[in-house]
Formats: sequence, structure tokens, C-alpha cells
Amino acid sequence: MNLSHLDRLEAEAIHIIREVAASFRNPILLYSVGKDSSVLLHLLVKAFYPAPPPIPLMHVDTGWKFREMIEFRDRRAVETGCRLIAWTNEEGRAQGINPIDHGATVHTDIMKTQALKQALSHHQVDAAIGGARRDEEKSRAKERVFSFRTDRHRWDPKNQRPELWNLYNARIHTAESVRVFPLSNWTELDIWLYIYREQIEVPSLYLAAERPTVVRNGMIVMVDDERLPVEPDEVTMRTVRFRTLGCYPLTGAVESEADTLEAVIGEMLLVTSSERQGRAIDHDEAASMEKKKMEGYF
Amino acid sequence: MAAPSVQAYLHAHETKPLLRFITCGSVDDGKSTLIGRLLYDAKRLFDDQLATLEADSLRHGTQNEKLDFALLVDGLAAEREQGITIDVAYRFFDTDSAKFIVADCPGHEQYTRNMATGASTARLAVVLIDARKGVLTQTRRHSYICSLLGIDHVVLAVNKMDLVDFDRSVFERIVADYLFLADQLGIARVTHIPMSGLDGDNVTEPSLNTPWYEGPTLLAALEAAAAEQGEAPDGAFRLPVQWVCRPDQHFRGFAGPLLGGPLAVGDAVVALPSGRRSTVAGLRVGTEPVERAMAGQAVVVALNDEIDVSRGDVLAAANDPPEVSDQFGVHLLWMDAEPLKVGRNYWVQTGTNRVGGRVSEIKHQIDVNTQDHLAARELSLNAVARVDLELDRDVPFEPYARNRDLGSFVLIDRQTNATVGAGVIDFALRRAQNVHWQAVDVNQAVRARQKGQVPKCVWLTGLSGSGKSTIANLAEKKLLAMGHHTYLLDGDNVRHGLNRDLGFTETDRIENIRRVGEVARLMTDAGLIVLVSFIAPYRSERRMVRERFADGEFIEVFVDTPLAVCEERDVKGLYAKARAGEIPNFTGISAPYEVPEQAEMVLKTVEASAEELAEALVSVILGDGGEGGIRTLDEATNPILP
Repeated sequence: MNLSHLDRLEAEAIHIIREVAASFRNPILLYSVGKDSSVLLHLLVKAFYPAPPPIPLMHVDTGWKFREMIEFRDRRAVETGCRLIAWTNEEGRAQGINPIDHGATVHTDIMKTQALKQALSHHQVDAAIGGARRDEEKSRAKERVFSFRTDRHRWDPKNQRPELWNLYNARIHTAESVRVFPLSNWTELDIWLYIYREQIEVPSLYLAAERPTVVRNGMIVMVDDERLPVEPDEVTMRTVRFRTLGCYPLTGAVESEADTLEAVIGEMLLVTSSERQGRAIDHDEAASMEKKKMEGYF
Repeated sequence: MAAPSVQAYLHAHETKPLLRFITCGSVDDGKSTLIGRLLYDAKRLFDDQLATLEADSLRHGTQNEKLDFALLVDGLAAEREQGITIDVAYRFFDTDSAKFIVADCPGHEQYTRNMATGASTARLAVVLIDARKGVLTQTRRHSYICSLLGIDHVVLAVNKMDLVDFDRSVFERIVADYLFLADQLGIARVTHIPMSGLDGDNVTEPSLNTPWYEGPTLLAALEAAAAEQGEAPDGAFRLPVQWVCRPDQHFRGFAGPLLGGPLAVGDAVVALPSGRRSTVAGLRVGTEPVERAMAGQAVVVALNDEIDVSRGDVLAAANDPPEVSDQFGVHLLWMDAEPLKVGRNYWVQTGTNRVGGRVSEIKHQIDVNTQDHLAARELSLNAVARVDLELDRDVPFEPYARNRDLGSFVLIDRQTNATVGAGVIDFALRRAQNVHWQAVDVNQAVRARQKGQVPKCVWLTGLSGSGKSTIANLAEKKLLAMGHHTYLLDGDNVRHGLNRDLGFTETDRIENIRRVGEVARLMTDAGLIVLVSFIAPYRSERRMVRERFADGEFIEVFVDTPLAVCEERDVKGLYAKARAGEIPNFTGISAPYEVPEQAEMVLKTVEASAEELAEALVSVILGDGGEGGIRTLDEATNPILP
């Protein structure tokens, strides 16, 4: 009998995660609380069971994540027995960097990209597992499973290491590192079907509910706390869900009635726009992601 | 959509066959355009991606007003600017009957390593040919690499048929040429299709322009190939151990991918290379205990006996285990700008093993255009050759043709950590006769005790004329006077006998050092204190020798004399000749000397007499103090380069 498609993807991802544990001194799993991270966490537990996962979780907290994300993160870390390393760019916070006054680009650069580099350097991380998939975006479609980073966290897309079969080169010098993508060969649909099959818990933000919202730059934004400036009577209750999770003022919601996992997948099968459309960060040049990645953005 | 239909969809999604394939061919054959067209026609593009494509087509496009499908696939900014593909891009799409992962491979020769990356995980190759150009060098190169990596089914896409007016005779001539090539390469199956990626002829719909063609469209050929990939061959089980799972003292499991199978609780297994046997006590797939696991699953196996198993070992079916060896006949693709040197030590990664190893001989290089065998002393970028590979220890393996996972390997440079070569194992040159080392009653410890000393290999490295031999001579005399058993290996005495067949090229120098290192190791094993006085200019060779010894047994001594001083002394008159150009490859003048980074001892001959330095050396060899003689590496001079 043959393995099913999801069984094969699962086995490949577990193989990759185990290679990381066996090959590096100081690996972490970049946990962003989203659906892909939920799948990664599930695979992390499976890869090492009955031992507890030997790889800690790292979360870069910009200070503007949905409140539910932080609660969910803390609870899941305890439930899975994983050590959690949370990191915020304190310098940026002290300067009051925020997405509303400084815009998506500056906020993301300082509170996310720079913060991530700080966290990785501070903890001397030599391998960082991430949830990126090749179907997400064009420069990611070119990235290796073990993706080499220089001692300054830079990616050189024109000079990647050859990566044949499932032989992953884990050799690096001091201060260099590797980003590892066990979900490289998964599609968004695979992620949802796997969550459904394995009954993996995800934040309820992915399911439709009536939420307080405003419209900003054509994007439906949820009013998650009082820091978002709103006009009187502007806040409207809408039945919405999110396709990706990030900083709440930068994350667009979609109007939807899908309040169960089944219904979300049902909608998925009918959609005509790709998931990153909901992220304000991507509306720059087509090459924006490649540029960000070269600079260290995940 | 209600719950039951998602369940049904999941089932359909799960059971669809998956085909991984590559597209390859020459530059400008239209590969990226063809894939973009496939995605577009298979309706795998979202509205916003189409909008971006339309905008990009206007800005960067090469197709005037039409959509430029290549822009969908060429993801890197440099690629879009230059209009070429640098690295392999992976795309995902599915149809009602199959799922596909397509790796779009670059055509330029300089990016062959990226093409090989894509091909290594593929089962089928779509080879594109420009109908106006026919079979080109790149077509041959890519087809050769496909066959090397075990791809035995090629879809020959004769593209841009619109530019030759869909002329049947053009098509048939190209097909005949290619079938001849495929036959030479041993590619078993070729499906040939006339098409136009730009306009979509025979891509997903049969073209009205080729009424004379009755075969499948590209998509139909791919769907048929996917469906054929039925049952995975369930060979005898092998489990390369990735990680040992020890949550507490009560459980010890071995984690790894199950290759072959199935495997069930109670099955007899053998651990390789040790040869120890046991039976399966328990099995887990993820968090679930199971009675049986299938080929392809990631498992944790617990055994009934406490046998020593660690990462790199292979658990295998006791009645049908793979072979174990340390010497192989292999085919190697070289992927680094720095050429492969025979004898140089690289990391060899195979399965979950990473061991030291070297190419001991280049049998022949292969001209990928003609398949002719060429003599070669080193391999440059993109060269393919049949070579002999020698590892520092035994590893379990299977020929690549039988098992891709246990028959493939990559070479990693020990200084840059770059992946510099990839290869497939054809066969073992020497099978390990016994899986256990022959236990001997008289060993190094016994011999050393008889002589009342601790065996050492003391390697003095430094420039010609730096004073190595002088100091080594004095040290040996002192040791002898104290009743120790010693031997001095000197560059000159060895070159006149053991190594008289070797010259002074880089390759020969590496072999020279390897042989001397092996002789020193045997002498150390015999219980002697061995002094070696050799220039040994390269770090990687000194490290290669060091790794043949136990910790603390090898003492690297850098005789640090500035080049100007050596040249002034010029005891043998060699520097004068080298400066006059009479001696090529002379270390320090026309060949580099790499200053040791991990020397146990640095002797500065301009600061102390040879007598004093020999005294300090003896103290270190005998391990009684001698702190005064050891200098920190910071004091060593900078690299000496010509």
C-alpha cells in the first residue's frame, strides 16, 4: 500500500526537522502563531516523541500582534512542553516605532526584520526553522530547504548551495546560520487539509466571527485594542476571518461566513486571490520579498 | 460547503498521484514560458497573480502586448532583468487526476549545479528543444545529467514549432537525433511532442496546427506518467538512523525514515556497520505506537537488545542487509569553481553519515557531448567523471540504481563548507570482509608499554630552509640518549624511495603527504615516537593527516622562520634557483604556504638557537611541562604567499 500525499509531506518534514536537531548546536523554531507555525509545532512534537522537542520556539513580538495570538502562543508552548523564547526590539519599542505613525515598511523593518536578527544573534542561533512554502511567492519558489545565511544574516540568491536528494549540508562557520524550511513542498491547501485531518488547533481568528472593524486603504482592519485611532462611529461590526496573521493594523480581514474549519476549506477551494494579498507589506514592487529576504526578513 | 464534502475532497486530494518532474534545455528554449502557460491553462493562477503578471508584462515583458508567461516563473530580480533563469524554481499545480511539482531548471552551463539540484528529486524530465536549433550541447548535457541521476523517462518537447510553420519533417529529424542520444545514454522512454509554449499548441489542448501529430498533449503525457507511478517498490527495509531518542533511562529509540519495508514489531534487524543483531520491540509513527510501519514513513524503532547504535548507522532487514564498504567506484559531478584535487580530503555526506574521504583516482572524465572518456588529473566546474572514492571508515550503502537514498552522496569542502560535488555509487571496490575489526592481542598500548613511552607523531612544518630538519635531528638525538625509540621521516629520504614516483604538482604533493602520514601512523601504531620533517604547505592536508591519529597523539609544530631569513640562509641554494625560475611550484616563491592555525607549538628560529628549540620540543613530546616552548598562535606570522 502507498502512503497518501499528506503522509509523504509529513514524513519529509519530520526528516528535515530531525536533521536539524542532529546537525546543529543551537537550533530554534521560528513560531509566528499562524497556521503554518501550528503545523510546524505539530510536526516538531511528532518528530521527537516520546522525547520532548529538543528545539525551543522563538517568537518575535512586534508589540502589535493580535492579543489572541499572544495568549495562544503561551498556552501552546506549555501544552507541548516547548521552551519559548519571546523577543522584542526594545530599542524600537523605546523609540515608539509603530505601524500607524511610521507605516508598514518602517515598522516591519525595525520591529520584525531587525528584531529577528537581534534575537538570532543574541541567542547564537545556528539554525532557524521557518514555515515558508515555495508556493507562497516567486523568490521563495527558488529557495533551498537548508538556506544558508551569512554572518550578517544575508541570503545570496544568486549563489545558493546545490542541494541534491535529501542530503542537507549543515556545515557552517561561526556566526553563520541556516534557515530551514520543512514545509517547502506544501501548498496552502495541503496546510489546511493537514490541519483538518490532524485536528490541529489554530487561533480562532482564522474562523469567521463578528468583529469590530474599520476600513484602511481598502483593507478591512480589526480594531484589536485602543491604540488604533478611529473616527467616532467608524467602527463597524463585520463577520470576518483572517487568511494570515500578523500585526493587527497591517492584516487585512476577508468578509466570510466560514466559522468552522470545514467551511474555511470549502471557501479556500473557491478563492481566486492568493493568500499574501491580505498583507500590506507586499504591495510594493514584485521584487520586494526577495529584497527583504536578502536583508534577513523571514 | 458542508463537512462531508470536505472529507470527500480530502480523500480525493490524498489519493491523487504526484509526479515530480523538471523542465530543462538550452537557454531561450522557452522553458519558463511553457511552465507559465501550463499554470495558466490549468487555471492555477489567482486573480491578483494575473494582475501582477499583466503589470509586469508591460514593464519587463518581452512579448509586446501579450502576457509574458516567463515572468510568472523567473522569480529573482536578477533573472527578470537579464531575462535568464539562474536557479531552479519549484511550482505546484494539479489537475483532476494528478498533482505535479515542477522544477524549472536553468539552461546556462554555469548553473548546471542548480539543474542537478532540481533533477535529483525528479522522476521525469521535460527536455525542451527549439525547433529552429535542434539538439544542442545543452540538450546533451542536461540529458546526460538526467540519466546520471536516474531519470529514465523524457518528454521531448520540440518547442517554437510556430516558427518553423509546424513543419513535420523538422520535427521528425529532431526526434530521430534525440532518440539516438537517448539510446546512447540508456534513457528507456521518450515521449515526443511538437508544441508552441507561447501560443499553447499541444500544451493542454491538441493543436489544429499539427494535424499530422496523433500523440498526447504535454499535460496528457504528464498525467499518464503520474498515473503509472503506482506502488513504490517495497524492497527489504533499511532505516538510516538520524537521531537517538532517549527521553529517560527506560526508553531508547532510533529515529529515521523507513526506506523499503514494511517493518513490523518482532522483525529481525541488523545494525550496520557493527553487524549486531536484534529484533524490533516497538514502533512509532509520530505519537502513535503501531504494529507495522510502511515504506516512506518517519518512524522511531525500539529494539529488544541493548546494542550500540548511533546517527549514521543503518538498521536493516537481518536476512537481506545492504553492503558495507569504505571504497567505491562512483560517478561524480563537480560543482565548484575551485577544481577537484585527487587525494584532497573532503567531507562526504551519504545517508545520515558525514565522514572524511577523498577521490583516490580519476578513472576518466566523460565528455557529456560525445560520451567519450578523457584522461584527467583534476576536475573543473561542471565536469563529470568516473572516480574512485575512499572514505575514512566503513559505511552501509547500496548502488544508486537500486537505492537512491543509500547510493547518493555529496562532497563538502572542509574550509569553505560549500557543497562542491555530487555523485552516485556504482559499486564497492572492496567489500568489508568482516564487519568487526580483527581483534589483535598485541596492540599499540602493549607495544608502547614494552618501550616505556607514549607514541607520538610530531610533524614539523615550515618553509624550505626554516630549520625543520636541524631541530628534528637534535630532538631525535636527545630522545635517543634518554632511551626512547624514535624514527625521523625527512622530505628527502622519503622522496628518494617510497615517493620517488611523485613530482611537485599540487596533486602529487597531496599524495606525498598522504603516504608519509600513513607511514607515520603505522610507526606510531608500532609504538614509536615519530618525527616528521616536511614542508606540508596546505592546511587541508595537514588536517587530513591529523585526523588519522587519536586525540593528543599528533603534535603539529610550526617552525616559524620568515621567508626573507630562509632565503638569506638558502642552505641548499634552492631559493636562488627558484627565483631564477628554474624550480617551478617552489613553496614561498611560486606556490603558497598556509600558516598553521592549530599548531600545538610554534618555534621561532630567529629568537632562539636550534639547541634551545629542540630542548623545548622534547619537553612537549614527553609531556613534562615545556610550557615555555609553546607560543600562542597570535604570535605566528601572517600567511606567506608568493
